[in-house]
Amino acid sequence: MSDAVVLARGVGKVFGAGAARVEALTGIDLRIDQGEFISLIGPSGCGKSTLLRLIGDLLQPSTGELIVNGKEPRQARLDRDYGIVFQQATLLDWRTVRANVELPLEIMGVPKEERQARATEMLSLVQLQDFADHHPWQLSGGMQQRVAIARALSFRPALLLMDEPFGALDEMTRELMQQEVLRIWTETETTVVFVTHSIPEAVFLSTRVVVMSPRPGRISQVVDVPLPHPRDVDTRESDDYYRLITEVREALRRGEER
Amino acid sequence: MTEPADRDLDLFEPRETDVFAGFEGDIPGEPGRIETWIRAYGPAGVAFVVVLVLWEGLTRAFDVETFLLPKPSEIAQRFVVNFDVIWAAGFRTFFEALGGFVVGGVMAVVMALATVRWSAVREGLLPFAIAANTTPIIALAPIANNWFNVTSPVSKMAVVAVIVFFPVMINTARGLLEVQPEELELLRAAAATPRQVLRLVRIPSALPFFFSSLKVASALSIIGAIVAEYFGGPQDVLGQYILNRANLFQFPDAWAAIVVASIIGITFYMVIVVAERLAMPWHVSLRKTDTA
Repeated sequence: MSDAVVLARGVGKVFGAGAARVEALTGIDLRIDQGEFISLIGPSGCGKSTLLRLIGDLLQPSTGELIVNGKEPRQARLDRDYGIVFQQATLLDWRTVRANVELPLEIMGVPKEERQARATEMLSLVQLQDFADHHPWQLSGGMQQRVAIARALSFRPALLLMDEPFGALDEMTRELMQQEVLRIWTETETTVVFVTHSIPEAVFLSTRVVVMSPRPGRISQVVDVPLPHPRDVDTRESDDYYRLITEVREALRRGEER
Repeated sequence: MTEPADRDLDLFEPRETDVFAGFEGDIPGEPGRIETWIRAYGPAGVAFVVVLVLWEGLTRAFDVETFLLPKPSEIAQRFVVNFDVIWAAGFRTFFEALGGFVVGGVMAVVMALATVRWSAVREGLLPFAIAANTTPIIALAPIANNWFNVTSPVSKMAVVAVIVFFPVMINTARGLLEVQPEELELLRAAAATPRQVLRLVRIPSALPFFFSSLKVASALSIIGAIVAEYFGGPQDVLGQYILNRANLFQFPDAWAAIVVASIIGITFYMVIVVAERLAMPWHVSLRKTDTA
């Protein structure tokens, strides 16, 4: 039995009040173990990004209990237990690629030499060591997102939160990035929570796919993905892969109908 | 396993800035410095000369009276004859403008930082600042002359400081406050302190707004100083020089002084443009086509 990195019991989130009251999430029970790769998938308004932000203490739950890395989400955030990657790379234009990767370390007060060593290591992890002194705008979208991943992992967090990180990329780059993320996940043994609305992406990446449905946002089904690792182009052409895609698609449809 | 080469593919994706590479083929060889300079400033230079020639030609052709519109050649002649007097007056006026600019600018930045730190300042004072920015502050000039000794440059600086304060304060505050929400989430996720958020994200984001407002303020500061001078004070400044010469119907002299005021204003503006380039070479408007 491995340790739970995320533990949610009856978590709910309400935005606004009165007529503007929106129940974004309700009755979320979820356990994410160490080393898992979990995708949250569902249509717009199902609360998948909200759930990610609750885990990251960027939002606070209205009801229920949420434990991250064995503590309150706020404490986990203050202890830098997670790194986060958004849909936009959100790199700071006035910093070089290297300085962007160093940003969290700088905030943490890590000494300069160690910061530099860590940034070099992380940039080679995402294979951008030759671009350390470039500025973000000189990089393609896929490269920028890899810098964002290097930044999120720079302080070796136990948990990596990714909010539709490849949503803005073209299909080819997207597949390459998925391969990258799987490799990084294997090399770093980080637990990943990955928000997406692409069914193939969720199946290809995940150990489990959490299917969510809207109004109010809730978990409608959890699909296990027992595809063998390492996963590659052959995985994408296997029958099991198609079967699982169908399973997730049907789960999504059932969630919509209910 | 995937071929490493596959994974590496997007390392070599064209960067956005490479769109310019497509045009490079059209230009035979590297354009030299002078050629680039002519391309950039040539049209404006030609327009300037054309206007001067038309002005000179038309005022001669229609025999326009000098008190209505002097010929450029007359203005140029007075500019040379009165060179020392006009420039000395110009520098005194610039000193007033600069003093007010620095005082008003520093106060504006302090207030803008206060809007970030205290919501009471943001919500209570910012609306008044925006309202004040739309009122003709120059109307204060006679009153400032009364508050501060009219013979002292401080009275003119006070007017300039108030004029400079509002646009710089409002724009800098906007820049500090309007940070991308994701950048704030990123810093929050990294458990950054408010001071770190200010230093790492808010201040760099505000620089473009700050410099835009300084450019506006540089022009306003010269205008403010000259107009404040119209309302009295020592005679050896541009405003009084223009006023006196106009009263004596010596209009070419007044125009020559206006030329000096323009030269000072444009130079001041250019200094800020250079400072802007040095402070934020990363900004989208200032990026050079990059090296790779």
